[in-house]
Amino acid sequence: MTASPETPAQGETGQKIRVLIAKPGLDGHDRGAKIVARALRDGGCEVIYTGIRQTPQMIAEAALQEDVDVVGLSILSGAHLELFPRIVEELRSRGLDDVVLFCGGIIPEEDTDALEAMGFSAIFRPGTNTRDIVSFVYDNASSE
Amino acid sequence: MSDLIERFLAGERRALSRILTRVENGTPEGREYLRQLYPRSGRAHTIGITGGAGSGKSSLTGSLASELRKRGHEVGVIAVDPSSPFTQGAILGDRIRMQDLVLDPGVFVRSMASRGALGGLAPTIDDVVAVMDAFGFPYVFIETVGAGQDEVEIAGTALTTVLVNNPGTGDDIQALKAGIIEIADVLVVNKADRPGADVLVSQLRALLSLAPSEGRDIPILSTVATTGDGVPELVDAIDEHRAWLDTSGELDRHRRQEARHQVLSVAQRILLEQIRRETSEETLGDLVGQVAGRSLDPHTAAEQLVEQGQAV
Repeated sequence: MTASPETPAQGETGQKIRVLIAKPGLDGHDRGAKIVARALRDGGCEVIYTGIRQTPQMIAEAALQEDVDVVGLSILSGAHLELFPRIVEELRSRGLDDVVLFCGGIIPEEDTDALEAMGFSAIFRPGTNTRDIVSFVYDNASSE
Repeated sequence: MSDLIERFLAGERRALSRILTRVENGTPEGREYLRQLYPRSGRAHTIGITGGAGSGKSSLTGSLASELRKRGHEVGVIAVDPSSPFTQGAILGDRIRMQDLVLDPGVFVRSMASRGALGGLAPTIDDVVAVMDAFGFPYVFIETVGAGQDEVEIAGTALTTVLVNNPGTGDDIQALKAGIIEIADVLVVNKADRPGADVLVSQLRALLSLAPSEGRDIPILSTVATTGDGVPELVDAIDEHRAWLDTSGELDRHRRQEARHQVLSVAQRILLEQIRRETSEETLGDLVGQVAGRSLDPHTAAEQLVEQGQAV
């Protein structure tokens, strides 16, 4: 378990931003989620990726066990106004009140207010530069 | 006693999770938690699952945890995936193979990034294992990063080391080489429904017959992690190894060895951190330049660095 000087000891006692990237619901297109996960990895975050078809309980439970600072949800199916409130509720019921939430995918402009009211700090739609997502995470997450 | 420790002792998973983060990060707060919780550890059967990338470690860990749940035991899992050597970021994807367990309140899965550690684990793995142990899980699995030939650290961290092999991944010369195969307490041929599985089992058996016996035969089990075939037998073999540790006196020897390794590796880390703290980038850069230019050898440079670090 020696850290070689070339991969410096900074990682050892450093504090990393941990992000859960999850895909709720039944659509199986996870390319966007994977691209975001990869971008955050390249940005230096530790990204927990749980794969497709996650239920609200599964997402909240993974967030709890992994003690993430940020949860990012990817959705293309149009069921966000159905699923997201349940995810938020599951997170809250586990005491995860301070987790930063963002989402991305096919999300109509008119749903923005509803999502913000639910606690989502950002919505990233198709065409977003991944750098903006990384910046958002660094600006909003308080890793400890 | 802090609120978080109280909640931890009451069995609250959120408290476990938060303490794990602080202990993993090695913050002063994390060290204090570890100091308080360490005396409660040492009860769990810690099981290392190691093997090549794609050998089925995560799936097998998931299947083993399911089998233990059927037998009424709670299970903790720590799954390590590699950090990028360039950005220090990581994708931790082992949970994908353990979906069935996510909502089971008797299972807790935690992903860890290797954060620059060599040897297939993470710098603070032993501390994180101790916290899971102290929480009261009777079984704690530690899944290494995909290991090749020489990632043997797991044998010092876990009481039982399971090495996962696959058919069709090399000839018997690979198995003859020193290194990872020597640390296995239990050998598994996973994906045993694929061609070549029987040949691999007999090759491994022939190889083991040449090794000096340490009073115990190393079992070789065939599994198909995705269907659960062979998994109950593997759980039995893991339990049998633990029973052997208890009765043979090997357990004490293992614990002493593990403690020695941990004390020395933490001491090494403290010294390295101290040297880096006491050395200016300028001094380090100067030494590095001389070594790169071949006017100074690395040993002399390192000695100078250590002397300077201690002089302050």
